[in-house]
Amino acid sequence: MKILYFAWVREAVGKPEEDLNLPEGVASVSDLVAWLKQQDTGYETAFANNAAVRVAVNQEYVDLDHGISNGDEIAFFPPVTGG
Amino acid sequence: MIRVQAVDFDLGDELKKMTDGNTGIGGLCSFVGLVRDMANDERISAMTLEHYPGMTEKALAEIEKQAHSRWNLDETLIIHRYGRLEPGEQIVLVAAASAHRGAAFEACHFLIDWLKTKAPFWKLEDTPGGGKWVDARTSDDEAVSRWNKLN
Repeated sequence: MKILYFAWVREAVGKPEEDLNLPEGVASVSDLVAWLKQQDTGYETAFANNAAVRVAVNQEYVDLDHGISNGDEIAFFPPVTGG
Repeated sequence: MIRVQAVDFDLGDELKKMTDGNTGIGGLCSFVGLVRDMANDERISAMTLEHYPGMTEKALAEIEKQAHSRWNLDETLIIHRYGRLEPGEQIVLVAAASAHRGAAFEACHFLIDWLKTKAPFWKLEDTPGGGKWVDARTSDDEAVSRWNKLN
């Protein structure tokens, strides 16, 4: 699966995107967040407050309990500020 | 129509294209968002707009579809820029054309309110203290919830 990061989430993680094989035991977005936070301190910073981060799976807004699979495009970003 | 682009746009040209050849249009309402030179009492020297290519276009198309389902509109247009912009530059254009002014005014207002809370854009402001990501505003969420109550 492909994971994308935008704005300050991208800066905290330290990269705009990465390809990942679905880790063992990860079935939802919140599982993925928990797994990422164990990998590196950048993710811990980015996901220190889940309420501050929005998630899209395959370019649609979803909640943290949304299920994910290997072919998905998952994006993490702050609340939007366009316009 | 929706467009996501780095380059500037000409308001007059864009509006003219919307109404050309359709004499059934009686009202055309537009809103243009500009880069301000101040934010939270800090001087802004420039702003960089980041977006999520692919999802941006999908979100804007959905916002436009919503407007057409709520009002009887002949044409709508959303142009949103990305990249580095300086104070005074145009960021966004939304416009709605209809037979009558009521639908044009309301749809235009709806388009910008929805865009501000749904379209995946983020603003980074260059301030004397360094780059600052703009925080989402509660008032923007409240502006959208007003439309949810109305319809």
